[in-house]
Amino acid sequence: MAMIGQPIDRLDGRLKVTGGARYAAEFRIPNTVHAVLVQSTIGAGSIARFDLRQANAMPGVLAIITPDNASKLTHPEKVPQAVAGPLLQNNDILFNGQHIAVVVAETLEQAQAAAAAVRVRYNRGEAATSMDAMLSQAYPPKHFRNGQRPPDSKRGDPDGGFDSGSVKVNATYITPIEHHNPMEPHATIAAWNGNKLTVWTATQGIAGAQATLAGQFGLEKSDVRVICPYLGAGFGSKGNTWPPASLAAMAARMVRRPVKLVLSRAQMYTSNGYRPRTVQRLKMASDVNGSLIAVRHDGFSSMSQPILGEFSEPFALATEMLYACPNVAVTHRLVALNAALPTYMRAPGEASGMFALESAMDEMAVALKMDPIAFRLRNYADTDPHENKPFASKALKACYLQGAEAFGWHKRSAAPRSMRDGNMLIGWGMATSTYPTNRMPSAVKVRIDHNGRVLVQCATQDIGTGTYTVMTQVAADTLGLPMHQIRFELGDSDMPAAPVSGGSMTVASVAPSVQAACLALVEKIKDLASTAWPGVPREAIQVGGGQVRAAGHEASITALMEHGGQAFLEAEARTAPGEEKKQFSMHAFGAQFAEVRIDPDLGEIRVSRFVGAFDGGNILNAKTARSQLIGGITYGIGMALLEETLVDGETGRIVNTNVAEYVMPVNADIPDIQTIIVPNDDHHSNALGAKGIGELPMVGVAAAIANAVYHATGVRVRKVPIRIEDILT
Amino acid sequence: MQAFTLTAPSDLKTAIAAASQAHAKYIAGGTDLLQLAKDNVETPTRLIDLEALSMAGIHAGAEGLHLEPLARMADVAAHPAVVRGWPVLSQSLLASASPQIRNMATIGGNLLQRTRCGYFRDTGFACNKRQPGSGCPAIGGENRMHAILGVGDQCIATHPSDMAVAMLVLDATIAVTGQTGTRAVPIGDFHVVPGTTPNIETVLQPGEMITGIDIPATAAARRSYYLKVRDRASFEFALVSAAVAIELDGNTIRSVRVAAGGVGTKPWRLPEVEAALTGRQADAATLKAAADQAGAGAKPAAMNGFKPLLLRRSVLRALQTVTA
Repeated sequence: MAMIGQPIDRLDGRLKVTGGARYAAEFRIPNTVHAVLVQSTIGAGSIARFDLRQANAMPGVLAIITPDNASKLTHPEKVPQAVAGPLLQNNDILFNGQHIAVVVAETLEQAQAAAAAVRVRYNRGEAATSMDAMLSQAYPPKHFRNGQRPPDSKRGDPDGGFDSGSVKVNATYITPIEHHNPMEPHATIAAWNGNKLTVWTATQGIAGAQATLAGQFGLEKSDVRVICPYLGAGFGSKGNTWPPASLAAMAARMVRRPVKLVLSRAQMYTSNGYRPRTVQRLKMASDVNGSLIAVRHDGFSSMSQPILGEFSEPFALATEMLYACPNVAVTHRLVALNAALPTYMRAPGEASGMFALESAMDEMAVALKMDPIAFRLRNYADTDPHENKPFASKALKACYLQGAEAFGWHKRSAAPRSMRDGNMLIGWGMATSTYPTNRMPSAVKVRIDHNGRVLVQCATQDIGTGTYTVMTQVAADTLGLPMHQIRFELGDSDMPAAPVSGGSMTVASVAPSVQAACLALVEKIKDLASTAWPGVPREAIQVGGGQVRAAGHEASITALMEHGGQAFLEAEARTAPGEEKKQFSMHAFGAQFAEVRIDPDLGEIRVSRFVGAFDGGNILNAKTARSQLIGGITYGIGMALLEETLVDGETGRIVNTNVAEYVMPVNADIPDIQTIIVPNDDHHSNALGAKGIGELPMVGVAAAIANAVYHATGVRVRKVPIRIEDILT
Repeated sequence: MQAFTLTAPSDLKTAIAAASQAHAKYIAGGTDLLQLAKDNVETPTRLIDLEALSMAGIHAGAEGLHLEPLARMADVAAHPAVVRGWPVLSQSLLASASPQIRNMATIGGNLLQRTRCGYFRDTGFACNKRQPGSGCPAIGGENRMHAILGVGDQCIATHPSDMAVAMLVLDATIAVTGQTGTRAVPIGDFHVVPGTTPNIETVLQPGEMITGIDIPATAAARRSYYLKVRDRASFEFALVSAAVAIELDGNTIRSVRVAAGGVGTKPWRLPEVEAALTGRQADAATLKAAADQAGAGAKPAAMNGFKPLLLRRSVLRALQTVTA
């Protein structure tokens, strides 16, 4: 039976629930000492001086690293990422919670106690903390989408089109700062052996960490080894190599001992990025029949001071391609604050941008007195209107229809406040989801041993989503072997390189490499058979079930290896995107349906039902896929109703740096979620036809819920999280 | 975290003597104190573990309920006599925290838990409660969750306990024991408003310990109810909560206690609502008129202007539920 597509249990599940999976901070490296970060308590200014007398005198303290004695990182400009600090390279304070010192001690407790005893005097500056007050000083991003796309685009005459429209929406939508809060904190153990560095670090990007650390410490990449077999989730926060990993390596070199540096939960709010706040204005116009004439999507996202790097939330890219509309303009602007550098967070851009776009679409449907699905179908894009290319595949219509059917959408009465259950207001809302199908080069090595066991290796990551399992399935099917004979290893830079696990691209990038490497191995097996069986035509040779067969001949792979004097066979393959990106517009799609129940007197909002229907291309594992889908919807429910990082306006310091006050969904908030995988075999995007489903399921969730809240209450809330007080009247 | 010594005395007298020393603290379940110590908000150098005192009993009788201070939240919440005779107490506990925390946390500790104000819990901020005279950034800062009653220019932090609000409507009495003996403090007098000393939250003197809680068995206690309003469906502190205990004679309100959480700098009794109910018929108009009295004199901050309305709505819903 083919393994691809089956609902296979994750292979690492037992290890994870029994504590057998070893995470970055859990490696036992002899002689390891502990580092604790000290962070600033002002938002702008500089360090005048440290008073380290008390801290230095405390038991166990080995070193206190400050800008006064920190190693100068030799080649930070060679670093292949947009995170430039803070790395203790100078005394400037650019945000509250900035790393200003690292205390190294024999034990964690000693390091923590000494870190609390570090005294610092500041020259206080005035922190810019209000994004709204700074909008007039916004500026265009310099490296939008790593320079691969312009931050602005325009087709047709959006302003003229807007003026000529019959029905219009012109509204501003706001999304807050959100933090990823993966369960596993950021953690690094760094150990030097001469001029060679090994780090065990929690990262979504083995190759990026290797290149970044090599660049910072002036090493060859081959002198840096990065190990990360398991990740306690990242959601984007571990995509870059953030300063704590580099500071751990710096500390290890200074104290000549392996150093472990684990962030506290509170420190994670200023150490590894966040989803920036966005202010987005949507101007949308249609004719009386609901055909869109013009869309303008102009927005701002909050940023750190530019010297720390750059990240621009790409909120309007879906607006370019999602609906057939002749006149469209989008702009992305940044507002520099005294804040840490933001970064990718699950569905970066789409999560925030589609809240705005799909809320505006709902407002348009209300204004047009059209059903929200009918309005979207009226403006359905059969080809990508921005790139003027066919879609590699698009089953969005089926997502709308199957989702609506499962949800019972036809029973919805359109008027706000028209559906009730006793005293409770019921609201039904929907929204579209979309996320690009990304892919990058990847390489895989495969080896079969004399006992027939297969080892497949790739320096990719399993961020908790099932890479181990899915790649084993792909190898099993390609080699015609049972899964238990195959071991897939990842998370070590000594293995062939793979891209960052971000942008939902691990399956689309790595699975084709696994397949290609296994096919190359099959060819080597056929080589052995051809040698053993002279005269047998190569095309007649079949490999499967551990056996090799050809016209009258049959032998096991291992027998052929023994016959050919091979202790093992090895093959390696590298695959990369081809011309498909030039020919096709590649995206995943979905339709999200939410039911909310609202107590009209108390304003409590609870999601009582949720249906998501998704075109994620070919699904390689139905079980891990469903986990991704319900996880993404859960993340979206958090965005819609709960999650918000609160920044003190006076000091720029975050007020809710813990998971009691940064409120995320718990089980009681999550209803039964029905997920529908709409079959769609995408032959163009990659050899496996996989589109990636990590981000897709959270896109549109916040809008579907906001639209449901409007339907329940008649109150249009144009910001998330939607709070009790927003609808309390 | 500051280094500390840990002792576990097996008799009360030794425990109280130990806790009367400088920088000493009792530790019971530790669910709050350990967080605060890890964040250097509390920096005790001596911890006195109370586990060995074996004071975790729950005694329900015809006259009332006697709770020993180390009774676990989970055990009190699930006790059949509590569920029957003092439902508001059980409900308030089940609406608190998470099962794991309720399994560890004690009711004595619950009365003494510190505010969730983010400014208080981060030594990177000024805070009058943590460091008297340093200022209160919450007054002009992120104060959606903060108090509207009992506030002043020094502190607007809410008291976080649900259970204490329930105990207010049950007329609980707290037994407090120190080196000079035991005194009884009515629950309403146990917590104090911040005034000019926001660092002082209760009438406990150094070394004093909660040694018991007495709650009378009354008709009102049997007809009691706790309503908690919050953004998240579970495991979140109250945005607003309302507790009611009521005795009806036919449809006449013979006696009633009403209190609220999430709105006061201490667990907040609402005598103005009680006065508008006592002796009257428990009809819709009376309940509404009484609930509208709730929170008279409230002083909202910039971000919690909705709380007075939400308080009135919550009190009304609690009254409606308990009289239905």
